[in-house]
Amino acid sequence: MSAQLAQYLLSGVTIGAIYALVALGFSIIFNASHVINFAQGEFVMIGGMTTVSLIGTGLPLPLAIVAAVAVAGAMGLALEKFAVEPARGAPVVTLIIITIGASIFLRGLAILVWDKKLHTLPPFSGHRPIEIAGAALLPQSLWVLGVTLAIVLLLWWFFGRTLLGKAILATSHQRLAAQLVGINVRQVVFISFGLSAALGAVAGILITPITLTSWDVGIMLGLKGFAAAVLGGLGSGPGAVVGGLVLGIAETLSAGYLSSAYKDVIAFVLMLAVLFFRPRGLLGGRVTERV
Amino acid sequence: MSLLRVQGLGKEFGGVRAVENLSFSVAQGIVHSIIGPNGAGKTTLLNLLTGIYVPTAGGIYLGERELTGRPPYEYAAAGVARTFQNLQVFFNMSALENVMVGRYRHERCGLAAALLRFPAQARAESACRDAAAELLEFVGLGGYLGAHADAMPYGALKRLEVARALATEPQLLLLDEPAAGLNPTETREFETLIGRIAARGITVVLVEHNMRLVMGVSDHVLVLDYGCKLAEGTAGEMRADPRVVEAYLGAAVH
Amino acid sequence: MISWLAQARTGGMLALIAAIALLPLALSNNYFYEVAILVGLNAILCVGLNLLIGYAGQISLGHAGFFGLGGYGSAILSARYGWPPLAALAAATAAVGLIAFVIGRPILRLRGHYLAMATLGMGVIVSIVVSTEDGFTGGPDGMSVPPLTLAGMVLQGERVWYWVVGALLIAAVWLAQNLIESPTGRALRALSGSEVGAEVVGIDSSRHKLLVFVISAVYAAIAGGLTAHYSGFITPGKASFFHSIELVTMVVFGGMASTFGAVIGAAILTTLPQVLTVFKEYEMVAFGAVMMGTMIFVPKGLVPSLAMMARRRPVRPRGSNR
Repeated sequence: MSAQLAQYLLSGVTIGAIYALVALGFSIIFNASHVINFAQGEFVMIGGMTTVSLIGTGLPLPLAIVAAVAVAGAMGLALEKFAVEPARGAPVVTLIIITIGASIFLRGLAILVWDKKLHTLPPFSGHRPIEIAGAALLPQSLWVLGVTLAIVLLLWWFFGRTLLGKAILATSHQRLAAQLVGINVRQVVFISFGLSAALGAVAGILITPITLTSWDVGIMLGLKGFAAAVLGGLGSGPGAVVGGLVLGIAETLSAGYLSSAYKDVIAFVLMLAVLFFRPRGLLGGRVTERV
Repeated sequence: MSLLRVQGLGKEFGGVRAVENLSFSVAQGIVHSIIGPNGAGKTTLLNLLTGIYVPTAGGIYLGERELTGRPPYEYAAAGVARTFQNLQVFFNMSALENVMVGRYRHERCGLAAALLRFPAQARAESACRDAAAELLEFVGLGGYLGAHADAMPYGALKRLEVARALATEPQLLLLDEPAAGLNPTETREFETLIGRIAARGITVVLVEHNMRLVMGVSDHVLVLDYGCKLAEGTAGEMRADPRVVEAYLGAAVH
Repeated sequence: MISWLAQARTGGMLALIAAIALLPLALSNNYFYEVAILVGLNAILCVGLNLLIGYAGQISLGHAGFFGLGGYGSAILSARYGWPPLAALAAATAAVGLIAFVIGRPILRLRGHYLAMATLGMGVIVSIVVSTEDGFTGGPDGMSVPPLTLAGMVLQGERVWYWVVGALLIAAVWLAQNLIESPTGRALRALSGSEVGAEVVGIDSSRHKLLVFVISAVYAAIAGGLTAHYSGFITPGKASFFHSIELVTMVVFGGMASTFGAVIGAAILTTLPQVLTVFKEYEMVAFGAVMMGTMIFVPKGLVPSLAMMARRRPVRPRGSNR
């Protein structure tokens, strides 16, 4: 394998893991409530920016990370409670506008709380790149991949083995039946927002040492994470992961071999292709409309 | 002379055979009922007969014309109309407008005429409105001429669908469980309505559970079970057929 | 009921014409004229978009893409290729109509969330392309656009443009209302009421959806072209996802299935950012809060909610036993 190809694949998988985390956030919320949370990208931003602030106050990195994830999770919960739940049952268009309004609100808040500058975090374990197959792998990339893998396994355990996780899955499959067996569906939706926000924050924290962060990183990351979710199948956990990885690799390969100027377009071209030819996604997500 | 002919019709949903090798014909000008236990494939059949489902096997013929696999609007153009068990009323419009939509086939207007509002348009609108009002009266909804669909009771909405279907000037009218959810008085009124529709020369195919209605109104009955034809004949013959009794009628015969 | 409908339409038209004719009395300087013109241009677009979202019951999160294509198309043809601006505008509009026709077919096979996603993707792709092809478009910084000329006369200046846009808005509303009240319009409304119900009475739903998609794209392209020539400038932001959402919000806020609602929605949400600048650095927060608030508290949109309130009032004092 040529060193260049290896390089593209490694960076593709790294950014792909980030897209996968964001995509998981979309899928979890979509499953629980059929809402597409366009504010998801902002939680990515909040994760990174909050960590930067907290470190600035002298807090050690691990504590700052935990606190930042908690803050993002709390904001996710607040979003659900104050913006989404009051509009429960509203048409699709209305909910879309609400979550987009929320994303604008959060970005505006970011400008107030922080600023419009770029910020960075120190890599978790040093700068020196590791050599693999002629390509340079940043240690931070290993963190990204490792943590993403751990999270995916954790979620797999959570949804498959714990009562709460199964309740969330049940709600996503059949809301009414879930209610009838005593699952508090509103609570499920509430929790799913918090969980997705936390996932987004983790993604933001992991990637900041590599790509930096600022008040508006959430826009593109959110949209691309969304494209990844659609690619893999909106509502499918494994689909989110596969979609994210496919998207990341496709992006770096096309940027390297085709055109770097159009790097951002790949995500949406793939998304459109999936919607035209296989709307359920690569791994077949949830059917939203019954015949 | 048969108006509708169905031959070897089959519809499969991923392994489930909702309708299997079904062949029958409906003579012109009669009232033809299709009965069968739940899950027998009656609604699937109606969806096939209006192009909403595409058959996985067999053919559907209206008169000389083959309609297999055509989209719903072509079935409508050929003269097939229907009502729905799960109401597909246009709740965003008034009762009158619901019926006016049914006139769509007969009031085509070009894009330029629509955008620029040619004078002929206003006259056509007026005629359409009058035709719709007449149909509302015909089905007994004269009192709802000024009503909005979302303010009408269930029984009235079922009739509204009939009025809308009649507005297309069909040769064949398919009624999907029209008596479902109606009380005995309303059901008797519906029976009368079906008679008046048949008197207009329209062939009626009725899918129903209500045996009193079926027995009272049908010239011919087809019994389905598990997507296949179980038996067919006159209402009296079906009532006496032991296979039918065993599969379906049981002790519920009045 | 029918007479009320007729009244609403003529009443609305008269109100619109009166508003346009009398507004200049309240506009005391060029800045206010500019805002009014922008309101008018957005309103033209929203009237078209409302046909798609409100009447036909579809959704588009990428209409700024059509706006941008119309604007850039006209800009490139007139600025880079020296076409007369009016011809450039016409050609760009026709091209956008054609593009909408071609992509409309596959896109409109999708429904609900999937349709939303596809239109979103389409819009974002357009905005990335116009931002990247800087040879043609001037890239992220945008490009300048020559002014419109009509019969040798250059259209410049706020007051001239005000009347041009005002007249065009009246025409746009008139055409849209005619369409809505025609059998085709009824078919569209039936489609959004129940697609299968419409199909079984003979309405070809894909053809109708495509028709209204193309019409709304044409409205957007005209608005885009006019905006470009009026401002003398166009930037990729005009085709952005954010702009698409602004447009959808205008339509939804004004009230779907209400042409005049779309105009009012455009008026309110175009002037809103101007008003919010008083909040200075809180502007974005305020705008986001307004977007959320309006959708939560007035989900049916302004005009229908007001109409509902007006309809309810006569009933209660009479002590009816509802």
